[in-house]
Amino acid sequence: MLLALSLVACGEGPWNDPYPASQEGASIVYGSFSERPKHLDPARSYSSNEYAFIGQIYEPPLQYHFLLRPYRLVPLMAEVVPEPMFFTEKGEPLPPDAPPEAIGFSEYRVRIRPGVRYQPHPAFAKGSGGAYRYHHLSAEDLGGINRLGDFTETGTRELVAEDFVHQIKRLADPAVHSPIAGLMAEHIEGFGELSQRLTEARAAADSAESNSFLDLRAFAFAGAEALDRYSYRIRLRGRYQQFIYWLAMPFFAPMPWEADRFYAQPGLRERNITLDWYPVGSGPFMLSENNPNLRMVLSRNPYFHGESYPEEGMPDDQAAGLLRDAGGALPFVERAVYSLEKENIPYWYKFLQGYYDTSGIASDSFDQAIGFSSQGEAVLTDALRERGIELLTAVESSVFYLGFNMRDPLIGGDGESARLLRRAISIAVDYDEYVSIFANGRGVAAQGPIPPGIFGYREGEAGINPYIYRWEEGRAVRRGIEEARALMERAGFPGGRDPATAEALTLYYDTTASGPDDKARLSWMRKQLAKLGIQLVIRATDYNRFQEKMREGTGQLFIWGWNADYPDPENFLFLLYGPNSKAQSGGENAANYQNPSFDALFDRMKDMTDGPERQAVIDEMVEILRRDAPWSWGYFPQAFSLHHAWVRNLKPNLMANNTLKYRRVDPALRERSREQWNRPLVWPLALVAGLLLVGGLPAVRIHRQRERGRAL
Amino acid sequence: MMAYIVRRLLYALPILIGVNLLTFVLFFVVNTPDDMARMQLGVKRVTAEAVESWKRERGYDKPLLYNADASGMDRATDTIFFQKSLKLFSFDFGASDSGRDIGYDISQRMWPSLAIALPVLGVGLLVNISFALFIVFFRATYIDFGSVVLCVGLMSISGLFYIIGGQYLLSKLLHLAPISGYDTGLSAWKFLVLPVIVGVVSGIGAGTRWYRTLFLEEISADYVRTARAKGLGERRVLFVHVLNNALIPILTGVVVILPLLFMGSLITESFFGIPGLGSYTIDAISSQDFAIVRAMVFLGSVLYILGLLLTDLSYTLVDPRVRLL
Repeated sequence: MLLALSLVACGEGPWNDPYPASQEGASIVYGSFSERPKHLDPARSYSSNEYAFIGQIYEPPLQYHFLLRPYRLVPLMAEVVPEPMFFTEKGEPLPPDAPPEAIGFSEYRVRIRPGVRYQPHPAFAKGSGGAYRYHHLSAEDLGGINRLGDFTETGTRELVAEDFVHQIKRLADPAVHSPIAGLMAEHIEGFGELSQRLTEARAAADSAESNSFLDLRAFAFAGAEALDRYSYRIRLRGRYQQFIYWLAMPFFAPMPWEADRFYAQPGLRERNITLDWYPVGSGPFMLSENNPNLRMVLSRNPYFHGESYPEEGMPDDQAAGLLRDAGGALPFVERAVYSLEKENIPYWYKFLQGYYDTSGIASDSFDQAIGFSSQGEAVLTDALRERGIELLTAVESSVFYLGFNMRDPLIGGDGESARLLRRAISIAVDYDEYVSIFANGRGVAAQGPIPPGIFGYREGEAGINPYIYRWEEGRAVRRGIEEARALMERAGFPGGRDPATAEALTLYYDTTASGPDDKARLSWMRKQLAKLGIQLVIRATDYNRFQEKMREGTGQLFIWGWNADYPDPENFLFLLYGPNSKAQSGGENAANYQNPSFDALFDRMKDMTDGPERQAVIDEMVEILRRDAPWSWGYFPQAFSLHHAWVRNLKPNLMANNTLKYRRVDPALRERSREQWNRPLVWPLALVAGLLLVGGLPAVRIHRQRERGRAL
Repeated sequence: MMAYIVRRLLYALPILIGVNLLTFVLFFVVNTPDDMARMQLGVKRVTAEAVESWKRERGYDKPLLYNADASGMDRATDTIFFQKSLKLFSFDFGASDSGRDIGYDISQRMWPSLAIALPVLGVGLLVNISFALFIVFFRATYIDFGSVVLCVGLMSISGLFYIIGGQYLLSKLLHLAPISGYDTGLSAWKFLVLPVIVGVVSGIGAGTRWYRTLFLEEISADYVRTARAKGLGERRVLFVHVLNNALIPILTGVVVILPLLFMGSLITESFFGIPGLGSYTIDAISSQDFAIVRAMVFLGSVLYILGLLLTDLSYTLVDPRVRLL
């Protein structure tokens, strides 16, 4: 053991340093990921762990301002944030305030920045004659090619409007499997028809495999057209106000046709060289190493067009040092190295040793990191503060709720009895307690479906759910269990007894939680309903069966969640919109809630611009929901993140996924801290070796005695 | 011997088909092709059409085991089981459900698994045999008693505790080695030190007791008594004669696990961030990637059968009295 460990000491720096000595002092961000990103194709990728990478590589027309709140869209590839133009069915222009019913089409005309170039990539490499170097690869050409980096030549070209159009066509291509294809087919003109034509074209070419090349440029598409080299137009049916937010997501980032052409060649897919694995973007970083079994490395894109750090922020940002780099050229770091770290324990230790710059807080290590002040405020423990570690918190734009299946004959429906029963349960299930016990206080009990930070959310007394809470001494206080019991009585279940059977009312709770760690949660949930005399039967299944029950609408009580796509109340209220019923249409309304008044208000609200009028409609909608209680409103989780003193320009931004470019590190401070925190301690090993030697002395004595003794 | 090998390989065929069938049935009892599609396509905004299209492209739109709509042999062959299983027997593992080439991934990920498994096996053998001989040398003394108690104690500790304890002690407290991670080429060795030490130490209890039992059995044999009667020293008796004769069970025990070293260790690889085949299998199970699960189970079965065959062959090498017919 000593020999093995002494070998580790042969290198420079701390013995436990997992990074090569060549990275010492370099401007590198160190992070981790716990599972392999499934998709890196911007048309397919739709989860936060994938956006952590492609958000830095692909650049859609818009982005969220890094510092300003509420969240504000600003141009990224577009020159300005486009305003929608409205037309009648016959194509006659309409004013911006035209009523939604008069609008036949809306158009977004996007003018992009000229002179932007793509990252170096073999798809752009050209030979001396101007022909593409790698667009007609033969089996011989592919000899010795196992990774994209094995192609010796690369090239680039200017990004043009046609590339944005190309990507929108890709969203419509059934072979690409874009998760938003269904949604976009509802809004973008001719989208469904294009999908159909592409399917037929592939079938006709007898090339149904998704890796065969179909030149999308040959397909006319009314929904997206390039107007000139730097302008394109997206045409929507009717008005879809939230579409502008989609323009800030990688789905609408440009994709060069050369990339499709290159990756579609036979032999590349077999070598795992696909667009889903090797992105082609124009952003500040490019994926220079993609080995998700080990590490993923983003390096600075040598052709990056340049961008400046924001000069405008919130009042507190100046004091927080977030404007020190105002106007500075982005990005600030050369590289970002993300290592695979599947388990929380080594991840946490490495963060404490200074080998990761930032960290979340797992429940295992929460007590080591966070304490609560006498005012109930989360603060860092002394041990972490001494190391210069800082804490950032933000309420996430997500919600976890206890849903009632509104199709259920007992708990669902529009009847007064079921409504009162749901309200009684909503009072009894104490989510303030849940957050305190199971989320280490990292969450805010929800008063409705809209989380803080999203338009429509109301603070203070005006924002409480009066059916569940009352306002006392300046804070929301959950109504007493007696009130819930009284509601049970009015609902026809006095003492929680079902009058039909004279036995305790039995409800069924569908969940995927079945492991030993979930026992406490399930037991807590049982106790909450037991307060009302209700017997809760846990139906724990695997995730697949649970999903199936939800799709079929056969559950009764269930836990569900939603993470916002964009900061608009529509993205939360649509979770209760009747036509989105999961059981009926496969939508995201998992509670299968149907209320014509709510639906009519939703139809109005979604097309309104933020302002008092929209707020009034939202208030009305939220009141309907609170009264009907299709959810017990659950809680909005709060993100806690830690970072070391050498990391700067961190501000929680739950909408932006391209914030790596703003980050700055102080490598000298990092090196000093690592040296100081990781000095090897060898004496305990020497002590163990000494003890072994001393312990061996009696053995030597016995051996000598035997050797000298006489044979029997 | 050749006839014996051919016969054993032919016996392996029905075993492999059975294992394949069992894996298939167990996997699809828990997961349906729809579940797999939804897992690959994500959970947000997935439409039924997208699910159907995914299944169609990957051949998961066929019946599982029996195609009632087909005629003749197609009833059995135009099924997911047949279409997905047949190629395995030519070691063509095809593409994973996420589209990656499984054969390539296996060829890349078996090396990190071996990089841990081989040193653990080699060093572990050396340590365990040495310790067992030491105990036998001092048999019936308090050293023997104390060592056996120590071994039982070591055996009683969970493997996970060794990993977490090793990481805490050697990396977190003493800062002697990286806590987790891996690198390619020669840079990998500093990441292997900790998992290898943990692997060896966690195996000392069981390994030493097993070898101690073997040596004690040998030590009561007639030839040992004869050697002692001839006046040979205890060290020579033990380290030459007993060790030589105990090699047969040691060797056969080692040979049977040799092929399985490729398969890696599920927990060790996960905790130490080693990109081996163990973590490959675990990832595939959690992402419901049937193509990889099936390939890894098939590979595991083949290697196990190979291990048993090699064990039989090794008997003939270490004991000339054994003949394979």
